Amino acid sequence: MQRIDPVTPIVQIDNLSFSYEQNSILTDVNLTIHNLDSICIVGPNGGGKTTLIKCILGLLTPDQGTVTVFGGSPEQAHLRMGYVPQYASFDPYFPISVMEVVCMGRLGGSISGKYSTRDKELATAALEKVDLLKYAAHSFAALSGGQRQRVLIARALATGCDLLILDEPTANIDHTAETRFFDLLSGFNEKMTILMVTHDVGFASTFFKRIACVNNKVVIHPTSELTGELIQNMYGGDLQMIRHDHRCGEGGHSHD
Amino acid sequence: MTDFFQALADPNLPFLRYALISGLLASIPFGIIGSFVVVRRISYIAGAISHCVLAGVGLGLYLQQAVGIAWFTPFIGAILAALLAAVILTVVSLHAKQREDSVIGALWAAGMAIGLLFIAKTPGYNDPMSYLFGNILLIGKSDLYFISILDIVVVTVVTIFYNKFLALCFDEEYARLRGLNTGLLYLALLCLTALTVVLLVRVVGIVMVIALLTLPAAIAGNFARNLWQMMLLAIVFCALFVFSGLWLSYSYDLPSGPVIIMIATALYLLVVGVLRKIRDH
Repeated sequence: MQRIDPVTPIVQIDNLSFSYEQNSILTDVNLTIHNLDSICIVGPNGGGKTTLIKCILGLLTPDQGTVTVFGGSPEQAHLRMGYVPQYASFDPYFPISVMEVVCMGRLGGSISGKYSTRDKELATAALEKVDLLKYAAHSFAALSGGQRQRVLIARALATGCDLLILDEPTANIDHTAETRFFDLLSGFNEKMTILMVTHDVGFASTFFKRIACVNNKVVIHPTSELTGELIQNMYGGDLQMIRHDHRCGEGGHSHD
Repeated sequence: MTDFFQALADPNLPFLRYALISGLLASIPFGIIGSFVVVRRISYIAGAISHCVLAGVGLGLYLQQAVGIAWFTPFIGAILAALLAAVILTVVSLHAKQREDSVIGALWAAGMAIGLLFIAKTPGYNDPMSYLFGNILLIGKSDLYFISILDIVVVTVVTIFYNKFLALCFDEEYARLRGLNTGLLYLALLCLTALTVVLLVRVVGIVMVIALLTLPAAIAGNFARNLWQMMLLAIVFCALFVFSGLWLSYSYDLPSGPVIIMIATALYLLVVGVLRKIRDH
């Protein structure tokens, strides 16, 4: 694995704009992400969250501006990025074993795509980390939503990535699985930078260091600034919300 | 019923032996490529390629009989047309995601139209029926060479690049992220599909290609835990359909293509129905 230079940002985005068939999705985005940062990307549907991470991954090319990842182009850095895509995009009946899914994280090492013993060891270790090693030979389709999500995380971990990018990983899992998921994630954050798209702002305030609000433009806030007003601004309309970690008294409110 | 086996052994009826041997050998690419077509959900693309085969067949007949180019047989025309269709469909899928189905439909119909126009302008009587509905009993010794070569090519390519093809079908975007040239892989998959489709046209005809390509794999998908199990099972099912179809068609004097397809369809419906019953309980 390559050493990480502490001065160079992991991700540097300058003046990025992206449009799709004349619709502007992202305008003049600037973003710097440093090593071991953890950023949560929030915003309304169609606001450009997924587009932003796909530009970082090099899956989409911006119309204007530059994206630099680990000091080079996203294509040069793609083997150092682990990606957990939106779970809903998978064919639920696809005949594939859990181990085969995780091994996919090791693809790209050889011309034929055969996995070496080392590839298989890394895949096994990744499955162990998400506590699913005993399901290695099982069918991916037969697992529960939360388990499948962890398999996809294991696939990203098997790459040996320094930057983990997740797109709505908690959308299809229940509350218990979600709590467990964030425990897992905070362990990873000690060694790698994490970038995650989510709808769920509740957990964001407890785990992430910074929040990126994406709605055509991108605005970064430290997590401590997350208030109802801010959320209302970024969703751009009336939003009913109940915070459970606040106590409101006559002299204003205080945090737990 | 024993007539069929006596006929197979009869030295005066080589066509039946060729039909059975070629059908069983052809089950290998049918099962492998059929599994890819089912999991990647490109049966309409296979259908379009199949209908383009008629354009190549028509061109072959026309060039041979009207222009006098003896080496340009309908078979060569069929292969060229199928490969050309595969290239066009790859380019369309890479660059025009929104309108892909319109292009598939246009290619589907245009292939037929071009073929029929060439056949109409070819002197003498040419019956497109055997191309549209296939006749495995017309398969000769030379076809066996093509089938054997296709067996070797499909098995070799898929064995070597299995993991890459699997990634392409399961999660193309992720495959791209791992540095795979997914456009080239997709082109390779469609070209293998095209060659397999040309062979399928000989067995069941242009119109019924999709059925024999997808039904064995679709049935196998219900029992397989991963893709290679699905392929092996699909090969077995396909061989079973060809064998029983030939047997029935010989015994009751019925055209072989439709009988093979009806057996495959009946088993598919049976499997789907029984599995649904089991799941409901």
